[in-house]
Amino acid sequence: MFKEVSEMSDNKGTENKGTVEKDIEEKRVGVFVCECGVNIGGVVNTKAVADYIGTLHGVKVTSVNKFTCSDSGQADIQQKIKEHNLNRVVVAACSPKTHEPTFRACIEQMGLNQYFLEFVNIRDHCSWIHMWEKEKATEKAKDLVRMGVERSKLLEPLQASEVPVTDKALVIGAGVAGMQSALDLADMGFQVYLVEKEPSIGGRMARFDKVFPTNDCSICILGPKMVEVARNKNIKIMSYSEVKAVDGYVGNFNVKIEHKPRYLDVTKCTGCAKCSEVCPVEVPYDFNEGLGTRKAIFVPFPQAVPLRALIDKENCINCKACAKACASGAINYDMQTSYTDLNVGVIIGAVGFKTYDPEPRHDYGYGLYDNIITAMEFERLLNAAGPTGGHVVRPSDCKEPIRVGFVNCVGSRDKNTNIYCSGVCCMYTIKNAQLLKEKRPETDHTVMYIDIRTPFRAYEESYNRSRNLGVKFLRGRPVEVKEDPVTKNIKVRVEDTLAGEMRNLEFDLLVLATGIVPNEGIGQIQQLLKLSKAADGLLMEAHPKLKPVDTTIDGVYLAGCASGPKDIPYAVSQGSACAGRATILLKNKKAITEGITAVVEPDVCVGCQVCVPMCPFQAIKFDEKENKANVVKALCKGCGTCVAACPTGALEQSHFKNNQLLAQIKNVFKFQEVAA
Amino acid sequence: MNSGTAAVKPAQAGNGWEPNILAFCCNWCSYAGADLAGVSRFQYPPTVKILRVMCSSRVEPAFILKALKEGADGVLIAGCHIGDCHYIDGNKNAEIRINNTKKALVKLGLDKRLRLEWISASEGLRFSEIIKDFTEEIKKLGENPVKHKIEPQIPSRASEGRRHVCPDGIRGFPLPKGNRDADERRFNASANKSAVNVQGSE
Repeated sequence: MFKEVSEMSDNKGTENKGTVEKDIEEKRVGVFVCECGVNIGGVVNTKAVADYIGTLHGVKVTSVNKFTCSDSGQADIQQKIKEHNLNRVVVAACSPKTHEPTFRACIEQMGLNQYFLEFVNIRDHCSWIHMWEKEKATEKAKDLVRMGVERSKLLEPLQASEVPVTDKALVIGAGVAGMQSALDLADMGFQVYLVEKEPSIGGRMARFDKVFPTNDCSICILGPKMVEVARNKNIKIMSYSEVKAVDGYVGNFNVKIEHKPRYLDVTKCTGCAKCSEVCPVEVPYDFNEGLGTRKAIFVPFPQAVPLRALIDKENCINCKACAKACASGAINYDMQTSYTDLNVGVIIGAVGFKTYDPEPRHDYGYGLYDNIITAMEFERLLNAAGPTGGHVVRPSDCKEPIRVGFVNCVGSRDKNTNIYCSGVCCMYTIKNAQLLKEKRPETDHTVMYIDIRTPFRAYEESYNRSRNLGVKFLRGRPVEVKEDPVTKNIKVRVEDTLAGEMRNLEFDLLVLATGIVPNEGIGQIQQLLKLSKAADGLLMEAHPKLKPVDTTIDGVYLAGCASGPKDIPYAVSQGSACAGRATILLKNKKAITEGITAVVEPDVCVGCQVCVPMCPFQAIKFDEKENKANVVKALCKGCGTCVAACPTGALEQSHFKNNQLLAQIKNVFKFQEVAA
Repeated sequence: MNSGTAAVKPAQAGNGWEPNILAFCCNWCSYAGADLAGVSRFQYPPTVKILRVMCSSRVEPAFILKALKEGADGVLIAGCHIGDCHYIDGNKNAEIRINNTKKALVKLGLDKRLRLEWISASEGLRFSEIIKDFTEEIKKLGENPVKHKIEPQIPSRASEGRRHVCPDGIRGFPLPKGNRDADERRFNASANKSAVNVQGSE
């Protein structure tokens, strides 16, 4: 039905002189050059570009618009399509990554196949990066648009295909963001699987004592939400479980979940913790940041959901005391790892964060001196359910400190660790100082900071409140931290940059405000979901501003700290945002997938099978009977690996066919030749 | 020619010759990295033109030869970092393929004009640095001597249903493990042949 143009060896790329098959229609190209305000127009002489392009063969009309993406710009395209009966449209503007869908929809309204659009990037790849070389940028823009025009003439119509969407969702990570996503989706009536690698849901927020700026008790506001999640009929919690494999595509993800053995029957266990009482093994309590101890059989924490015990097999000595103590006979020492296969339509990754660990680098002497702790440890000490029942004590002698120092930006805003600002440390330090000051007014607090950042509602007020309470703020980073060998006090030498003098301060306890870093296993999730990772190790969203919870993978969304440091309100909003975005697919029960796939020309295929092992998605099946390769369209993601491998040219990648790419290559350097 | 705005350009020194570089960027990482370089306004010389492919593994050796023939002084292939490929391991295939092509280009003395780089979507600065660096390198090498002299054969989907046979080895697909040596030999042989052709045409 559609013609092939093979003019590979034809040097005059501007004309379709090659062999033509069947009913070839005349290519009528319209070129629309965008000025993007002054973003392009301020550097590239758009009129010169349009004039030059207008001389090319097949170009029927050119147009320069201030903003091609605006209503009037799009109306101009549609009008010109009508007037000049255009069948190919070239838009020279910004990045196709953001605006290709806009213009595809625009030309589709006029009855053109959406793949008849060729998008040329003369902003990000030209005007913005050659700001001081206007002439050269204009010449380059001409080349780029010419490449696009020549390619556009060879474009072929494609049909985006629809795939059915399973109306179930998987949420990875049951922190506050993940729980919000799960609740929202469940309330809209969709089945949600909530997978959490820890034995209880709740995430990091469950460990905080109080949360800024209102200083309400963290678990008191989180606890009811956790119970709500557990009670919701549409949510299936899979705690102590991990995602092991993800297969499939938007709407039809096949996910393998591994359930780690708890060594007790969760249907029988009541969470009474009688077993913990008799257990003779004591190990550092990870929930309390390693402060205090727990038993080898334990309930994660009093508000845990599900409220069930588990055995830490690494530390269990197999004394079987717990089995005797358990009234309901829930203990099963032979439990094995089990697996569940799920079929879901969308995946929400809310894999969270961990706090920066200052131990390996001994930041400010952490790990060398006893009386230096992290803010997370301080948080647990401050907590009434913590190891000391809410008494902040210093580790060396368990005495309650009077002089407390706080160091901000540990593991943040530092070239040696992470250059980004973690965003929450200023606020939690303010809150921590406030809480201790309120509890014990005799204490003395000094916060050493670079800048105090309090951007959101009621944050600045909280900062003012702590100043009024008497918390001292000193602008400067400690340059030297030492321990007094006798008293074990911490001596800090710090430059007061506002007063312009060095200060020697002595503290009973020094608290490091450690920043947010990517969670463990984020790399594994990234590879399973095929997401991109930024240089800071955090996952990347599809667009930092306009698609903050989407990813480049259709049907996969990100919430919370997986994609950058966030505070609780921000994480919760992202959780809801993910649910909203996911609902579009779940409710419509269908997803539109790109029409770009590999295609086999059976007449040319010799059945060499070189392509079969090339495909990372097993989309190429070999037909033994016919001795031909076959592409399963639903599995093909359109990367073109097999196409480049095919020795006979039987495989082609639609929309990136050999002749289309070669038309571009041939026209890259044409302009210089013409000019010379 | 060099009037007004071009005065700020430091690279105007010398004979004023500027190389032409064609960059094949994968849609997911490197193209986005180039976008980020733009958004961040990291300036780099206007020597490079970017061609978007879905994956670096789509780039056929023939494309590279074609580009060199058509007037490219340098060809850059940019993909996602190993392990970050949007298509799991497309970039690994690209690596094998490009390295094989490079070997073939050694015989033509063009190997330094081909570069393979991993640039992620967050590495806008790196993208501009690589372009600057590559431009400098090509400047040192001078103009591509074989412009319009080699004619790579690209098997096409035969319009008349004719079966096209691989022009021995130019396409350099990575064979399954075990056959790689044979593949290499085939490559070297074909590269030799091409070199002869170039001389012959002079």
